[in-house]
Amino acid sequence: MDVLRAREVPLTSEYDIARARQMVRAWALEISLGLVDQTKIVTAASELARNTVVHGGGGAMFLELISSEQRKGLRLTFKDNGPGIPDIQVAMEDGYTTGGGLGLGLSGAKRLVNEFVIKSAEGEGTEVILIKWKLVTHD
Amino acid sequence: MEKIPIIKIDRFLLVSIQVDMHDNLALSLQDELLTKITATGAKGVLIDISMLDIVDSFIGRILGSIAEMAKILDAEVVVVGMRPAVAITMVELGLSLEGIRTALDVDKGIKLLNTVLDERENIDGRVTR
Ligand SMILES: Nc1ncnc2c1ncn2[C@@H]1O[C@H](COP(=O)(O)OP(=O)(O)OP(=O)(O)O)[C@@H](O)[C@H]1O
Ligand SMILES: [Mg+2]
Repeated sequence: MDVLRAREVPLTSEYDIARARQMVRAWALEISLGLVDQTKIVTAASELARNTVVHGGGGAMFLELISSEQRKGLRLTFKDNGPGIPDIQVAMEDGYTTGGGLGLGLSGAKRLVNEFVIKSAEGEGTEVILIKWKLVTHD
Repeated sequence: MEKIPIIKIDRFLLVSIQVDMHDNLALSLQDELLTKITATGAKGVLIDISMLDIVDSFIGRILGSIAEMAKILDAEVVVVGMRPAVAITMVELGLSLEGIRTALDVDKGIKLLNTVLDERENIDGRVTR
Protein backbone atom coordinates (compact mmCIF):
# COMPACT_ATOMS: atom_id res chain seq x y z
CA MET A 1 0.00 0.00 0.00
CA ASP A 2 1.35 3.42 -1.00
CA VAL A 3 0.80 6.68 0.79
CA LEU A 4 0.35 9.35 -1.85
CA ARG A 5 -0.03 12.25 0.51
CA ALA A 6 -0.26 12.82 4.24
CA ARG A 7 -1.29 15.60 6.53
CA GLU A 8 -1.64 16.06 10.26
CA VAL A 9 -4.62 17.93 11.70
CA PRO A 10 -4.38 18.85 15.37
CA LEU A 11 -7.46 18.11 17.47
CA THR A 12 -7.53 20.16 20.61
CA SER A 13 -10.77 22.13 20.54
CA GLU A 14 -14.27 21.69 19.21
CA TYR A 15 -13.38 24.05 16.34
CA ASP A 16 -10.81 21.48 15.24
CA ILE A 17 -13.60 18.90 14.91
CA ALA A 18 -15.28 21.08 12.29
CA ARG A 19 -11.93 21.66 10.58
CA ALA A 20 -11.21 17.94 10.50
CA ARG A 21 -14.59 17.38 8.83
CA GLN A 22 -13.79 19.98 6.18
CA MET A 23 -10.35 18.49 5.49
CA VAL A 24 -11.75 14.98 5.11
CA ARG A 25 -14.49 16.29 2.81
CA ALA A 26 -11.93 18.04 0.60
CA TRP A 27 -9.75 14.93 0.27
CA ALA A 28 -12.75 12.70 -0.32
CA LEU A 29 -13.78 14.98 -3.17
CA GLU A 30 -10.30 14.77 -4.59
CA ILE A 31 -10.46 11.01 -5.01
CA SER A 32 -14.02 11.41 -6.37
CA LEU A 33 -15.60 9.37 -3.63
CA GLY A 34 -19.34 9.07 -4.25
CA LEU A 35 -21.65 11.40 -2.34
CA VAL A 36 -22.95 8.78 0.08
CA ASP A 37 -19.43 7.50 0.80
CA GLN A 38 -18.20 11.07 1.29
CA THR A 39 -20.99 11.62 3.78
CA LYS A 40 -20.12 8.38 5.56
CA ILE A 41 -16.41 9.06 5.95
CA VAL A 42 -16.97 12.67 7.02
CA THR A 43 -19.53 11.53 9.60
CA ALA A 44 -17.20 8.82 10.91
CA ALA A 45 -14.37 11.38 11.10
CA SER A 46 -16.59 13.75 13.04
CA GLU A 47 -17.36 11.03 15.60
CA LEU A 48 -13.73 10.05 16.08
CA ALA A 49 -12.48 13.63 16.15
CA ARG A 50 -14.96 14.44 18.88
CA ASN A 51 -13.94 11.38 20.89
CA THR A 52 -10.30 12.48 20.60
CA VAL A 53 -11.13 15.95 21.90
CA VAL A 54 -13.77 15.07 24.49
CA HIS A 55 -12.65 11.69 25.87
CA GLY A 56 -8.99 11.67 24.87
CA GLY A 57 -8.18 15.18 26.06
CA GLY A 58 -6.99 16.18 22.59
CA GLY A 59 -4.67 14.68 20.03
CA ALA A 60 -4.46 14.64 16.27
CA MET A 61 -5.86 13.22 13.09
CA PHE A 62 -3.47 11.90 10.45
CA LEU A 63 -5.07 12.09 7.06
CA GLU A 64 -3.58 9.97 4.29
CA LEU A 65 -4.43 9.45 0.67
CA ILE A 66 -3.54 5.81 -0.02
CA SER A 67 -3.54 3.53 -3.00
CA SER A 68 -3.34 -0.21 -3.33
CA GLU A 69 -3.59 -2.19 -6.54
CA GLN A 70 -6.30 -0.49 -8.57
CA ARG A 71 -7.96 1.49 -5.84
CA LYS A 72 -7.54 4.70 -3.92
CA GLY A 73 -8.73 5.50 -0.48
CA LEU A 74 -8.50 7.64 2.60
CA ARG A 75 -6.88 6.45 5.80
CA LEU A 76 -7.64 8.43 8.93
CA THR A 77 -5.73 7.83 12.14
CA PHE A 78 -6.95 9.44 15.34
CA LYS A 79 -4.48 9.48 18.17
CA ASP A 80 -4.47 10.79 21.70
CA ASN A 81 -2.54 10.25 24.91
CA GLY A 82 -5.62 10.39 27.09
CA PRO A 83 -6.91 7.93 29.69
CA GLY A 84 -7.43 5.12 27.18
CA ILE A 85 -10.33 2.68 27.08
CA PRO A 86 -10.27 -0.08 29.71
CA ASP A 87 -12.62 -2.44 27.88
CA ILE A 88 -12.76 -1.90 24.12
CA GLN A 89 -15.43 -4.53 23.56
CA VAL A 90 -17.80 -2.79 25.93
CA ALA A 91 -16.98 0.67 24.52
CA MET A 92 -17.79 -0.61 21.02
CA GLU A 93 -21.34 -1.58 21.99
CA ASP A 94 -24.16 0.53 20.61
CA GLY A 95 -25.37 2.83 23.35
CA TYR A 96 -22.38 2.50 25.67
CA THR A 97 -21.25 5.91 26.93
CA THR A 98 -19.39 7.26 29.93
CA GLY A 99 -20.03 10.86 28.96
CA GLY A 100 -23.76 11.36 28.49
CA GLY A 101 -23.57 10.84 24.73
CA LEU A 102 -25.63 8.42 22.68
CA GLY A 103 -22.80 5.90 22.68
CA LEU A 104 -22.95 5.63 18.90
CA GLY A 105 -19.61 7.16 17.93
CA LEU A 106 -17.38 4.08 17.89
CA SER A 107 -19.90 1.43 16.89
CA GLY A 108 -21.53 3.70 14.31
CA ALA A 109 -18.26 4.89 12.77
CA LYS A 110 -17.21 1.27 12.33
CA ARG A 111 -20.32 0.63 10.24
CA LEU A 112 -19.57 3.63 8.03
CA VAL A 113 -16.10 2.63 6.86
CA ASN A 114 -14.44 -0.33 5.11
CA GLU A 115 -11.75 -0.95 7.71
CA PHE A 116 -11.72 -0.07 11.38
CA VAL A 117 -8.95 -0.74 13.87
CA ILE A 118 -8.90 0.42 17.46
CA LYS A 119 -5.96 0.18 19.85
CA SER A 120 -6.31 1.37 23.38
CA ALA A 121 -5.42 0.44 26.92
CA GLU A 122 -6.02 2.07 30.25
CA GLY A 123 -3.46 4.84 30.78
CA GLU A 124 -1.98 4.42 27.33
CA GLY A 125 -4.09 6.59 25.08
CA THR A 126 -6.20 5.61 22.12
CA GLU A 127 -5.59 5.12 18.42
CA VAL A 128 -8.33 4.51 15.89
CA ILE A 129 -7.68 3.86 12.21
CA LEU A 130 -10.40 4.19 9.58
CA ILE A 131 -10.11 3.35 5.89
CA LYS A 132 -12.63 4.19 3.21
CA TRP A 133 -11.90 2.81 -0.26
CA LYS A 134 -13.20 4.26 -3.45
CA LEU A 135 -15.15 1.51 -5.12
CA VAL A 136 -13.61 0.47 -8.39
CA THR A 137 -16.15 0.58 -11.16
CA HIS A 138 -15.64 -1.41 -14.31
CA ASP A 139 -16.80 0.47 -17.32
CA MET B 1 -20.05 35.83 17.73
CA GLU B 2 -21.69 33.87 14.93
CA LYS B 3 -25.36 33.33 15.21
CA ILE B 4 -27.95 31.30 13.40
CA PRO B 5 -30.97 33.49 12.59
CA ILE B 6 -34.37 32.43 13.87
CA ILE B 7 -37.26 33.84 11.82
CA LYS B 8 -40.90 34.05 12.85
CA ILE B 9 -43.43 33.05 10.19
CA ASP B 10 -47.04 33.30 11.27
CA ARG B 11 -47.24 31.18 14.44
CA PHE B 12 -44.06 29.26 13.69
CA LEU B 13 -40.32 29.74 14.02
CA LEU B 14 -37.97 28.89 11.18
CA VAL B 15 -34.31 28.12 11.61
CA SER B 16 -32.12 27.52 8.59
CA ILE B 17 -28.84 25.95 9.50
CA GLN B 18 -26.50 27.29 6.85
CA VAL B 19 -23.10 26.45 8.26
CA ASP B 20 -21.05 23.50 9.40
CA MET B 21 -21.94 24.06 13.04
CA HIS B 22 -19.27 23.56 15.63
CA ASP B 23 -20.51 22.06 18.86
CA ASN B 24 -20.88 25.29 20.86
CA LEU B 25 -22.87 26.92 18.10
CA ALA B 26 -25.25 23.97 18.09
CA LEU B 27 -25.67 24.23 21.85
CA SER B 28 -26.32 27.97 21.75
CA LEU B 29 -28.85 27.47 18.96
CA GLN B 30 -30.69 25.07 21.22
CA ASP B 31 -30.78 27.67 24.02
CA GLU B 32 -31.87 30.52 21.77
CA LEU B 33 -34.56 28.49 20.14
CA LEU B 34 -36.12 27.53 23.45
CA THR B 35 -35.94 31.13 24.68
CA LYS B 36 -37.60 32.30 21.49
CA ILE B 37 -40.39 29.72 21.71
CA THR B 38 -41.24 31.05 25.14
CA ALA B 39 -40.95 34.70 24.10
CA THR B 40 -43.11 34.38 20.97
CA GLY B 41 -45.48 31.67 22.04
CA ALA B 42 -44.71 29.89 18.77
CA LYS B 43 -46.67 26.70 18.30
CA GLY B 44 -44.27 25.09 15.88
CA VAL B 45 -40.62 25.11 14.90
CA LEU B 46 -39.17 24.27 11.49
CA ILE B 47 -35.51 23.33 11.46
CA ASP B 48 -34.21 23.42 7.91
CA ILE B 49 -31.13 21.21 7.59
CA SER B 50 -30.98 21.14 3.78
CA MET B 51 -27.58 22.83 3.88
CA LEU B 52 -26.13 20.37 6.40
CA ASP B 53 -23.87 17.83 4.73
CA ILE B 54 -23.70 15.53 7.73
CA VAL B 55 -25.68 14.79 10.89
CA ASP B 56 -23.50 13.07 13.46
CA SER B 57 -24.45 11.75 16.89
CA PHE B 58 -23.90 15.17 18.47
CA ILE B 59 -26.21 17.06 16.11
CA GLY B 60 -28.67 14.16 16.27
CA ARG B 61 -28.77 14.42 20.03
CA ILE B 62 -29.32 18.18 19.86
CA LEU B 63 -32.18 17.84 17.37
CA GLY B 64 -33.74 15.26 19.67
CA SER B 65 -33.46 17.40 22.76
CA ILE B 66 -34.79 20.49 20.97
CA ALA B 67 -37.86 18.48 19.97
CA GLU B 68 -38.29 17.13 23.47
CA MET B 69 -37.98 20.48 25.22
CA ALA B 70 -40.13 22.24 22.63
CA LYS B 71 -42.85 19.75 23.41
CA ILE B 72 -42.72 20.77 27.06
CA LEU B 73 -43.21 24.35 25.87
CA ASP B 74 -46.21 23.20 23.83
CA ALA B 75 -44.53 23.57 20.44
CA GLU B 76 -44.09 20.95 17.72
CA VAL B 77 -40.80 20.53 15.86
CA VAL B 78 -40.37 19.48 12.24
CA VAL B 79 -36.95 18.84 10.75
CA VAL B 80 -37.05 19.66 7.05
CA GLY B 81 -34.85 19.16 4.01
CA MET B 82 -32.62 16.34 5.12
CA ARG B 83 -30.43 15.27 2.20
CA PRO B 84 -30.79 11.64 1.10
CA ALA B 85 -27.07 10.90 1.64
CA VAL B 86 -27.37 12.29 5.17
CA ALA B 87 -30.45 10.16 5.87
CA ILE B 88 -28.73 6.99 4.61
CA THR B 89 -25.63 7.69 6.71
CA MET B 90 -27.62 8.44 9.84
CA VAL B 91 -29.38 5.10 9.63
CA GLU B 92 -26.08 3.26 9.32
CA LEU B 93 -24.60 5.24 12.18
CA GLY B 94 -27.51 4.00 14.27
CA LEU B 95 -29.16 7.37 14.80
CA SER B 96 -32.89 7.34 14.63
CA LEU B 97 -34.76 10.60 14.72
CA GLU B 98 -37.49 8.68 16.44
CA GLY B 99 -40.12 10.99 17.78
CA ILE B 100 -39.04 13.79 15.47
CA ARG B 101 -41.30 14.78 12.61
CA THR B 102 -39.62 15.27 9.26
CA ALA B 103 -40.73 16.81 5.98
CA LEU B 104 -39.14 17.22 2.57
CA ASP B 105 -39.08 21.00 2.52
CA VAL B 106 -40.26 24.08 4.41
CA ASP B 107 -43.60 24.22 2.56
CA LYS B 108 -44.44 20.63 3.41
CA GLY B 109 -43.18 21.21 6.94
CA ILE B 110 -45.63 24.09 7.41
CA LYS B 111 -48.49 21.96 6.07
CA LEU B 112 -47.53 19.17 8.44
CA LEU B 113 -47.42 21.54 11.41
CA ASN B 114 -50.83 22.95 10.54
CA THR B 115 -52.28 19.45 10.33
CA VAL B 116 -50.74 18.42 13.61
CA LEU B 117 -51.95 21.56 15.37
CA ASP B 118 -55.45 21.24 13.95
CA GLU B 119 -55.62 17.68 15.20
CA ARG B 120 -54.40 18.77 18.57
CA GLU B 121 -57.10 21.43 18.68
CA ASN B 122 -59.78 18.91 17.81
CA ILE B 123 -58.64 16.43 20.40
CA ASP B 124 -58.44 18.60 23.46
CA GLY B 125 -60.30 21.70 22.39
CA ARG B 126 -57.33 23.93 23.07
CA VAL B 127 -57.10 27.15 21.13
CA THR B 128 -53.80 27.20 19.31
CA ARG B 129 -54.48 29.81 16.69
N1 LIG C 1 -10.31 8.59 22.63
C1 LIG C 1 -10.89 8.07 23.73
N2 LIG C 1 -10.26 8.08 24.93
C2 LIG C 1 -10.85 7.57 26.04
N3 LIG C 1 -12.08 6.99 26.04
C3 LIG C 1 -12.75 6.93 24.88
C4 LIG C 1 -12.20 7.46 23.66
N4 LIG C 1 -13.10 7.24 22.67
C5 LIG C 1 -14.15 6.62 23.24
N5 LIG C 1 -13.96 6.44 24.57
C6 LIG C 1 -14.87 5.75 25.52
O1 LIG C 1 -15.76 4.94 24.78
C7 LIG C 1 -17.12 5.32 25.06
C8 LIG C 1 -17.96 5.11 23.83
O2 LIG C 1 -17.58 6.04 22.81
P1 LIG C 1 -18.65 6.46 21.70
O3 LIG C 1 -18.04 7.46 20.79
O4 LIG C 1 -19.18 5.21 21.09
O5 LIG C 1 -19.82 7.13 22.56
P2 LIG C 1 -19.86 8.56 23.25
O6 LIG C 1 -18.73 9.41 22.76
O7 LIG C 1 -19.93 8.36 24.72
O8 LIG C 1 -21.23 9.15 22.74
P3 LIG C 1 -21.54 9.71 21.24
O9 LIG C 1 -20.32 9.48 20.41
O10 LIG C 1 -22.71 8.90 20.75
O11 LIG C 1 -21.88 11.13 21.42
C9 LIG C 1 -17.02 6.76 25.53
O12 LIG C 1 -18.11 7.11 26.36
C10 LIG C 1 -15.71 6.73 26.30
O13 LIG C 1 -15.88 6.19 27.59
MG1 LIG D 1 -18.33 9.65 20.71
